[in-house]
Amino acid sequence: MNTDTTDIKHTDHDTTANGSWEGAAFPFKVGYGKLMIWYFLLSDAFTFAGFLIAYGTLRFSMPSWPVPDYVFSTFPFLEGHHPLLFVTFMTFVLLFSSFTMIRAVQEGHRENRRGVAIWMGLTIIGGLGFLGCQAWEWTTLIGGEHMSLTTNPFGTHTESGVYLNTDGTPSEETFHAGSTYLIHRMHLADAHEVADAHESDHGASHEVAGAEAHDAGHEDAHGGHSYAGAGDYPDAIVDERGYIHRKFIPSEGENAGKTIHEAFGPKAFGALFFFITGFHGFHVFSGVAFLLIILINVLSGLYVARKNGNEMVEKIGLYWHFVDLVWVFVFLVFYLL
Amino acid sequence: MSSSQQQETDVLINEQGYDDHFHEHHHGDKYQSNFITHYIFSQDHKIIARQFLVTGIFWAIIGASMSIIFRLQLGFPDDSMAWLKPILGKWITINDAGHGALNPEFYYALVTMHGTIIVFFVLTAGLSGTFANLLIPYQLGARDMASPFLNMLSYWFFFLASVVMFISLFLSTGPFAGGWTAYPPLSALPEASSGSGAGMTLWLVSLTFFVVSVLLGGINYVTTVLNLRTKGMNLWRMPLTVWALLVTAILGILSFPVLVSGFFLLIFDRGMGTSFYLSEIFVNGAAMQNVGGSPILYQHLFWFLGHPEVYIIILPAMGLTSEVLSVHARKPIFGYKAMVYSILAIGFLSFIVWAHHMFMSGVNPFISNFFVVFTLIIAVPSAVKVFNWISTLYKGNIRFTSAMLFAIGFVSMFISGGLTGIFLGNSAIDIQLHDTYFVVAHFHIVMGIAAFFGMFAGVYHWFPRMYGRFMNETLGRIHFWMTIVGAYAIFWPMHYMGMAGVPRRYYRFDTFDAFGHFGGLNEFITIAAIITFSAQLLFVFNFFYSIWYGKKMTTKNPWGATTLEWTTPIKAGHGNWPGKLPTVHRWAYDYSKEGADKDFIQQHLPLTDKEKAEEANH
Repeated sequence: MNTDTTDIKHTDHDTTANGSWEGAAFPFKVGYGKLMIWYFLLSDAFTFAGFLIAYGTLRFSMPSWPVPDYVFSTFPFLEGHHPLLFVTFMTFVLLFSSFTMIRAVQEGHRENRRGVAIWMGLTIIGGLGFLGCQAWEWTTLIGGEHMSLTTNPFGTHTESGVYLNTDGTPSEETFHAGSTYLIHRMHLADAHEVADAHESDHGASHEVAGAEAHDAGHEDAHGGHSYAGAGDYPDAIVDERGYIHRKFIPSEGENAGKTIHEAFGPKAFGALFFFITGFHGFHVFSGVAFLLIILINVLSGLYVARKNGNEMVEKIGLYWHFVDLVWVFVFLVFYLL
Repeated sequence: MSSSQQQETDVLINEQGYDDHFHEHHHGDKYQSNFITHYIFSQDHKIIARQFLVTGIFWAIIGASMSIIFRLQLGFPDDSMAWLKPILGKWITINDAGHGALNPEFYYALVTMHGTIIVFFVLTAGLSGTFANLLIPYQLGARDMASPFLNMLSYWFFFLASVVMFISLFLSTGPFAGGWTAYPPLSALPEASSGSGAGMTLWLVSLTFFVVSVLLGGINYVTTVLNLRTKGMNLWRMPLTVWALLVTAILGILSFPVLVSGFFLLIFDRGMGTSFYLSEIFVNGAAMQNVGGSPILYQHLFWFLGHPEVYIIILPAMGLTSEVLSVHARKPIFGYKAMVYSILAIGFLSFIVWAHHMFMSGVNPFISNFFVVFTLIIAVPSAVKVFNWISTLYKGNIRFTSAMLFAIGFVSMFISGGLTGIFLGNSAIDIQLHDTYFVVAHFHIVMGIAAFFGMFAGVYHWFPRMYGRFMNETLGRIHFWMTIVGAYAIFWPMHYMGMAGVPRRYYRFDTFDAFGHFGGLNEFITIAAIITFSAQLLFVFNFFYSIWYGKKMTTKNPWGATTLEWTTPIKAGHGNWPGKLPTVHRWAYDYSKEGADKDFIQQHLPLTDKEKAEEANH
């Protein structure tokens, strides 16, 4: 034992004492550090609960909400729709890192320093892998599909109807209430042209579309959503930010028979998605940082010297499992419901 | 207690105490070796308690001074405030005739800061921060907190929060002015008012640091209570102070994180263009881009903290009062177990009543019913406590020390303020009373004045334990009588104004036909406030004077109390007990026990044969 007065608590009670409530013992048979981690996790759980309740409140105050199967359907290097495939992979990576964490704690109990280091290293790789996946997912949503904290291009039809042909007549392409669409955006340079066109010729959307004809057949930057330039939908409206709103005719509801265009989805969808998954990602990031510090301490033999059975590994393990558990709830509300 | 008895205590602890091998690991306490580590970055719970207390007193003076300024505005709206120009600077505008007027924006800032400072910095940090730090390790027979280092950080995060908030008072645009609850859109749109910009940003930064402080402290307090009780100190032998501080810490751990959720969403609305709380708002005639948010969402997240917060404030005061009443009435606290269960019940119920603050904000009236019922149920454990305090006094051998006077004053205030809570808890009556001076009177009496009374009782009672000297009793009694009469004079009339519909937070009332006739009453309240405030300066003087020049404490246990903090040396070092820790044999309230030779038996004294026989019979 060192002589530091900060270690008063180690001298206070016998750590091997039974779980007595009569004093001079640890009633839950755990030391102060692990208890504190548990209370911290409890408080953190309340923070996340606050966010998820905010999510529920806002979501259910909206008339519609994008369908996750449509929104999260991209996969690196793959064309076409793969609903929830990528997030399944991400989740698997994170849950697998929880498994490796359990093994690290187990090796800690066995005082096997090498084993602890190996399994903690794998846990760190899992955490970094998850963060990498999240980075790719965010990049696709922000860069490819132009979703942001303030703009949500994923709208949802509230009634069935039919899209229009180039000449303004109903096409073969129909949709149903509840189906989600993506409002595409032209490249920035093209958007400027559109803005110019708007200035010179007010309200002439045909003119605008015509100016963008060269964009037709533009190759899809991301596999999931069959991208099209404005030229594919000459009948569409292009707003000042370059978003292409296709026109359609609902077959029911108060707008039945009228020609209307696609509107942005609820802003809260994008804001909540980036906010909550970002907050969770920050937790994973902090976890990886702490895992690294503790891994260094493991390798340096600090915990062997302290003779407390690698308790620090167990504490970071608790945190790591907590972060995984939170992801299960985040995954539930954003991707499954 | 005579010196021979003191020696007996020392011998007893030495012979029968619990040996935690303290000395084998401590070759002198190096944390007292220099000024910085002893008085500034100290990890000793006793020093940290004093740091919280002194910082709290500093904030209390500022917060109360603010109330005097806005009371002057309300009481004497036509009088010139030019004389305040040297302090308030540009917030006083002087016209050609030399008449100085308080800037209305700054009036709101004063009201907002008064609330924020008193609720968070004085009655949360200053009250539970002080006494949890002082009493939890002392009364449990622990060397220190579970983690002295995190405990130190807890204070310094509070200090950081204080610095940031203090800086915000001097911003050219003024501190935040949208009410201490910081409802959006005033808090969410930087352009909403002059205080909503930098002032609100600093307010959020400060309170985020504050939450970190509360969590570090709270986690420590709970862990200490669970793991560091000395031998024999089971939960049912803990003094009520520790029970109250334990439940306070639990409330903090569970409610402040939700405030953080609310704050983070608010920070995004302010800086990142999101619309969590904002929808269809016009500023200066121009429509904002924000759609789809819900300001009510913020209110829910805020009051999920906000309501437990009032119990975070009042529970420590209840604990201190219970202890002081019992010691100075020389009687066991009446219904100890009922008191504990009441604390637990209040703690639990405090989480399911928050929306009673929002009856008028458009929540579903059927949901209101739920909150009405649970709000009224809180009256039950509260009444249990009140009756038990009164029963403790009944036929007691009462010593009217300053601490005891304030403890009795607490009970008086808690009854007066609690009864008006029953009115406000009814959603139907709340339609009339919401946001009026009735509410102001209610919460100032029940959680403002009452909590201050509990705090004063605690300070007068434990001052010798903290500083080794006594506070002046004569000044203490003058302080008490001026404060209790003054406080009732301030807040009693406000009930009538509130019932007549006078709204809170208004800059002046003489311009309203309906409220003009309350001018005289407003003047009366302002004068009462000034007198009461001056009595507090008396306390501050007494406090600091007594630290250096007060009557010295010559015996370990001057009040004849049973709890363990009075078995330590008068100048206790880091680690509290020089040798072994006392072993606890009995509960904390063996006062005036039949057959005992003194009117108190300290917790570390073993049971006599007769007592053992009685216990066996039970």
